[in-house]
Amino acid sequence: MQRVQSSKILRFTLGFFWCLLHLPVSIVHLGSYLIKQLLYYMISSGLLQKYQNLQLDKLRYLAIVVESEEAKNTTKIKQLLSWLSSIGVKYVTLYDMEGVLKKSVETDLKSSENPSVADGNAVASVHQERMTVELLSFSDGKGAVAKAASFLCLQYLEGDSVGYNKMEPVFTETDVTNALKAVGHGGPDPDLLLVYGPARCHLGFPAWRIRYTEIVHMGSLRSMKYGAVVKAIYDFSKKHQNYENMPQFVYEHF
Amino acid sequence: METQRENSASNLLGGVWCFLRKCLFFVLSFGPMPNHIAFIMDGNRRYAKSRRVKQGNGHRAGFTALTSVLQYCYEMGVKYVTVYAFSIENFKRQPDEVQSLMDLMKQKIDELLKEESIVNKYRIRINFWGNLSLLSEPVRLAAEKAMASTARNTGPVFSVCVAYTSTNEIMHAVEESCVEKRGRIRKGYNNGYKDESVQADNKDSVISVTDLERHLYTSDCPDPDIVIRTSGETRLSNFLLWQTTFSHLQNPVPLWPEFSFRHLVWAILEYQRIYPYLEQRRTSSKEKN
Repeated sequence: MQRVQSSKILRFTLGFFWCLLHLPVSIVHLGSYLIKQLLYYMISSGLLQKYQNLQLDKLRYLAIVVESEEAKNTTKIKQLLSWLSSIGVKYVTLYDMEGVLKKSVETDLKSSENPSVADGNAVASVHQERMTVELLSFSDGKGAVAKAASFLCLQYLEGDSVGYNKMEPVFTETDVTNALKAVGHGGPDPDLLLVYGPARCHLGFPAWRIRYTEIVHMGSLRSMKYGAVVKAIYDFSKKHQNYENMPQFVYEHF
Repeated sequence: METQRENSASNLLGGVWCFLRKCLFFVLSFGPMPNHIAFIMDGNRRYAKSRRVKQGNGHRAGFTALTSVLQYCYEMGVKYVTVYAFSIENFKRQPDEVQSLMDLMKQKIDELLKEESIVNKYRIRINFWGNLSLLSEPVRLAAEKAMASTARNTGPVFSVCVAYTSTNEIMHAVEESCVEKRGRIRKGYNNGYKDESVQADNKDSVISVTDLERHLYTSDCPDPDIVIRTSGETRLSNFLLWQTTFSHLQNPVPLWPEFSFRHLVWAILEYQRIYPYLEQRRTSSKEKN
């Protein structure tokens, strides 16, 4: 009885110190959240001049990862797309793990004005005004690479039906890229990826396309702010302006 | 006499610091602890520039930071630590910088295999992941020797990604899967039957996701729980793109040689905050598949 009690006391004390350890982290998060909300408000209301004219020449492809539960909120998604369209983004890739966006957004966009659906195998592209929207889910990631691998493997095996004298297969990364296109999963590499969800996590976005993508965590979709989107795009364009005329391998430091 | 006293004083301080560290880790372990942490060690060159020293010294300072971080991780009970030491893209740098990095790597690999190093203290198993044929002969041989001599160690695992990119790893897995497939077909023919999966209607499933994952360098290693890229950069730079589906991506501001004990503790605390969410996503994804 005494042993059980003393172990309970120990656990309670440990738990107390653990909460104490987490306190500074929570305080820093709260402080940073408040400062950001103020900044986003100032950006949205046009108080900060430098965020008014965004240079979008470096941002050709933007991707958004949404937590699947939040993706069910189609109103928010449409609002986000309209913000991006008004900012002037030309190509947006929307991703959620479970394919919620594919079901809800595609039907919505199809019924809106100027619909034109370009049909890939697992990807739907819909032209909304002057912006192309691509919809992806988890199966467009690892599954797509497996399909591309099957494609390459069949090509390799085809030449000689039994293959006893065949050389070892030697593929290049370009072969894999071309195979992905051939099986209907070719798409551009996003320059910037915005993550809407509780954590900064890409949740299985097609690996082949995010080699050098800048990944920014935006918080939850429910509390999304226009100022946050503007700031993310502004920071991206500022950073990449500094990289102008610099080949990529030079700024890829470690 | 003086130095003896100094030595015993510093030993005592070291002992006290070690004890305090262990207490802190004990408290931390009340919450969920990561099993695998991956580091993108970015910022050595910027560190050297800011201190106005030679670039080589930046990388040396980076190696010192690495050994400390490894020590702390293994003390905390993190079983797998992976680091991104050298990308295939980095071969495009100035030849003398590449050469000095290769020399430093060989020197450090040799040091790690010595009797009194951290490797023997914790019985660490070392992996070198990447296209090792791109390395110069002495470095490749040193790496292979390190892998062979630690292969039977049962302690924590230290994986070094050198001459590595994630896309290269995936491409290599595709090649290996093809070879495996060819082998299975040959066996089938020898036994007198045709391999059914090469029929037209199954052409998409000749190679599956599981086949590919079996041939990745990381096949015997769990996915990283945390990926930390120092220097505040937000890119993954072609590192473990396949394996980071549910990894918490962190990008602390300090440069890699400045990454110390408190930054590591902060990283763990951040991870513990979002662990319930990531664990729930991981479980529900496993159930679906």
